[in-house]
Amino acid sequence: MIDALSNRSGWVGPWTLLKKELLRFWRVSFQTVAAPVITALLYLLIFSHVLDKHVQVYDGVAYTEFLIPGLIMMSVLQNAFANSSSSLIQSKVMGNIVFVLLTPLTHLQFFMAFLIAAVIRGLVVGLCIYLVAMWFVDLTVANPWMIIAFGLLGSALLGTFGIIAGIWADRFDQMAAFQNFIIMPLSFLSGVFYSIHSLPPFWQKISHLNPFFYMIDGFRYGFFGKGDVSPVLSLLIVGASFLVLALITLKMLKSGYKLRS
Amino acid sequence: MNHPAIHIQGVHKNFGALHALNGIDLAIEQGEFFALLGPNGAGKSTLINILAGLIAPTAGSISVMGFDVQKQYQQARQLLGVVPQELVFDPFFNVREMLRFQAGYFGLGRENDAWVDEVLEGLGLADKAHTNMRKLSGGMKRRALIAQALAHKPPVIVLDEPTAGVDVELRQMLWEFIKKLNRDGHTIILTTHYLEEAETLCSRVGMMKQGKVVALDSTANLLNKFSGKHLRLTLGDVRLPHDVERLVRHAENGIYTFALTDMIQIEFVLSSLRASGIKVIDMQLNEADLEDVFLSLVGNVAVEQPLMANHHE
Repeated sequence: MIDALSNRSGWVGPWTLLKKELLRFWRVSFQTVAAPVITALLYLLIFSHVLDKHVQVYDGVAYTEFLIPGLIMMSVLQNAFANSSSSLIQSKVMGNIVFVLLTPLTHLQFFMAFLIAAVIRGLVVGLCIYLVAMWFVDLTVANPWMIIAFGLLGSALLGTFGIIAGIWADRFDQMAAFQNFIIMPLSFLSGVFYSIHSLPPFWQKISHLNPFFYMIDGFRYGFFGKGDVSPVLSLLIVGASFLVLALITLKMLKSGYKLRS
Repeated sequence: MNHPAIHIQGVHKNFGALHALNGIDLAIEQGEFFALLGPNGAGKSTLINILAGLIAPTAGSISVMGFDVQKQYQQARQLLGVVPQELVFDPFFNVREMLRFQAGYFGLGRENDAWVDEVLEGLGLADKAHTNMRKLSGGMKRRALIAQALAHKPPVIVLDEPTAGVDVELRQMLWEFIKKLNRDGHTIILTTHYLEEAETLCSRVGMMKQGKVVALDSTANLLNKFSGKHLRLTLGDVRLPHDVERLVRHAENGIYTFALTDMIQIEFVLSSLRASGIKVIDMQLNEADLEDVFLSLVGNVAVEQPLMANHHE
């Protein structure tokens, strides 16, 4: 009977959890992929219609061009957060989180599965917006590695934040508060729709405290080769923020905070 | 070395001021069919949650086939299949997908599919394999929940109230399948409110009360110790003589149940009733069952007479 221990492979467990998390959002991709793509395109349509002829943020860059990378990144971040947070809160409220808690999966494997699923959801949404936007605007790419680096790190950061929110929240309204009072203001006030150089000095300073600002700015740098701050600084800040949140999440998972009492 | 399937040593659990478990020591050997009984609040579910790693004990330890559930949780959980008491499910997937996922979490891939089919068959879920969990009836959800706990073919299986609110058909089917698993060498631990289930299925019984194990013996021995008999007399609305009244265990609608420890007492009861001029309308004599053992150890959980409020003005 003890051979129940020998015939298992180390990768199958975490891979299965990742596969389940991917299938979970893919089964409802109309809501989890199509809807955010439509929302982003509506923003694009309205803002470019209103502002394209009136606002120029960088020399030689039309407003619509300026807007697209910001919109893509904002959607990547919001959807990475939404994936891990809503999966966890649903499993907790439904009670089916117990099926995972009863397994030999380690807290690191649990973290990695939810993290990678969140990154993939964020990037899939971002890629869809990019592909559709390409029909309207010819986007330049100055530094693809920066785009990839910020896309990965940004979605990982928000995916991790979503895990924390999902573990912490006990009810759907608490999760909605997280969305509406933290994620939405931070993403709208991060310079998606404007360059922070157009702000009064005080608000520029405040914007520098917003981690979303560095993710948007760095991601945009990848397209135009210019940004409000140095992309290396942004990369360091985003990378460090991810590490800190990842360590907090792993500590929460290891202690069983709110999941095991 | 042959470790016990489950070894519980000095387990305490406090929830704030509440002492849910007060020092549990219990060893369940491999291959046993064991029943854990006790009234609500006795601590059964707390104990199972500690065993499953869902909560941590305040003190003490539990091991599964020699592996500590906290320090060697991966091995311990690999060997353990726990059916949760709550009827939970994942609405995104169908039955077969859930079972494959569940086995996958335990590191098992497609090679396990034959076992998944066996579980589906054994629990009467085969024709529901492609039905979404959300669309299953309550009884079917319960079967799926049991199937999920068995998906990784655990040598030690814990069924926490598996038949609560479940139709007769499933109960029979479930027990046939679980008995087969037990014959194949799986250790089964069962908590149930249906004492007759424990009596017919389990070779050994542990009874809990207020966070302690108050009785632990083979089912046969427990029943022998309480080898009393039940005398059920239909008497109608009568006033019983005092010396007879003290033997009454239960009275309802003129039907009196007397708990007897000796056959001699039958003669005593009947002659005493005759002397008081009480007519016996009907009479039944029953063997004691696990419920009597349970009641005598755990206390009478029957409804007590409410005190009538007296108004003195």
